[in-house]
Amino acid sequence: MSNPSIADEADRQSSPTQAVKRAAILYGLAAVVALVGVGDTIYLTVEHLSGRSAQCVVTSGCSRVLSSPYASPGGIPLAVIGAAAYFTVFSLATLAAFGYRQAGRVLSVLVGMMFLTTLALLYLQAFVIREFCDYCLLSALLIFILTIIMVALRFRSAPQLKSRVG
Amino acid sequence: MKRYLPFAIIAIVLFSAIVVAALLLRTPPQSASLSPSQSNTGRPAGPQPGANPPRSKGKENAPVTIEEFGDLQCPPCAAMHPELQKIEKEYGERVRIIFRHFPLTQMHPYALEAAQAVEAAGLQGKFWEMHDWMYVQQEKWAQAPNARQMFLQQAQNLGLNVEKFRQDMNSAEVKQRIILDYNRGASLGVTGTPTLFIDGKQVTADQMTDEGIHALINSALAAKGQ
Repeated sequence: MSNPSIADEADRQSSPTQAVKRAAILYGLAAVVALVGVGDTIYLTVEHLSGRSAQCVVTSGCSRVLSSPYASPGGIPLAVIGAAAYFTVFSLATLAAFGYRQAGRVLSVLVGMMFLTTLALLYLQAFVIREFCDYCLLSALLIFILTIIMVALRFRSAPQLKSRVG
Repeated sequence: MKRYLPFAIIAIVLFSAIVVAALLLRTPPQSASLSPSQSNTGRPAGPQPGANPPRSKGKENAPVTIEEFGDLQCPPCAAMHPELQKIEKEYGERVRIIFRHFPLTQMHPYALEAAQAVEAAGLQGKFWEMHDWMYVQQEKWAQAPNARQMFLQQAQNLGLNVEKFRQDMNSAEVKQRIILDYNRGASLGVTGTPTLFIDGKQVTADQMTDEGIHALINSALAAKGQ
């Protein structure tokens, strides 16, 4: 385990250009992760709209979870909301990677909201429906990764970015 | 140029996502093909029993039993459907009609889904309503880009619990019934649809006319003193 004070010192010593580069890489990574999420949710949206039931590969509850009332809050398929959210994350992350600082801020808020929603959805799967679905678990994993990236950006790269862009 | 690059990337991804979604929506579902070997280990020695209880109309102890092996997407089956309905009305309690699934999945991409839909409706007591609708509306759903959506709509029109219907369509119970019916047909030598058996005797191609079927039923009834 590395000593935080040494890491902070290293950050302080790194040039602003390096910090911006590192932030750009992290935002780029977030964009790639969001792209996977777009694919996942588009597949689920298509399955929902076409009336088909997505088949699980690892778990066995896809049909049950995806046809539960929680899968369409207010009549809107959650997959559609997810696709829109992932695409927004992708767009914001891409803009942030190209230096649009405001996009990075909005992205942090959006990922935070998605993280909380994911926790709620995991709770529903585990304790209410008592079944899990592969595609929902993949989405949860992607959002956890996005959250980690956002945390990493907030605590490591943001000060340098701010000093350059802000 | 670099200023517009992120927007270009976003636009390309959005366009690609829309195209992929549209293509996926237009792709008919992959129907699992049925074959006699799917659920059996080796060729059955004698006639297989089929799904039990069978989907039937009429009294179990009716003097004459007509067993139909049908594919819901097969146009000749749809053409014969009114004939069987006429026979049912005409002969009343003297005839029992059994429907067995024999989906020709290589030829009819929606045949298996249609069979699953009528079986799922059957689990909510609306087998024949859905079965009749399938034949009457066959031309429409068979050419639709997404037949399953029409099945779901019809389930709703029939007052079924659509979520249960959707789940039942993919349930092992429904699939097993179709496989058992299919295996029975295969064990009896059925190769195409519609194929009828009247009191266990296969109706030959030249007898598959209104008159021919009537003659066979009358003959079977006469043999039983009816």
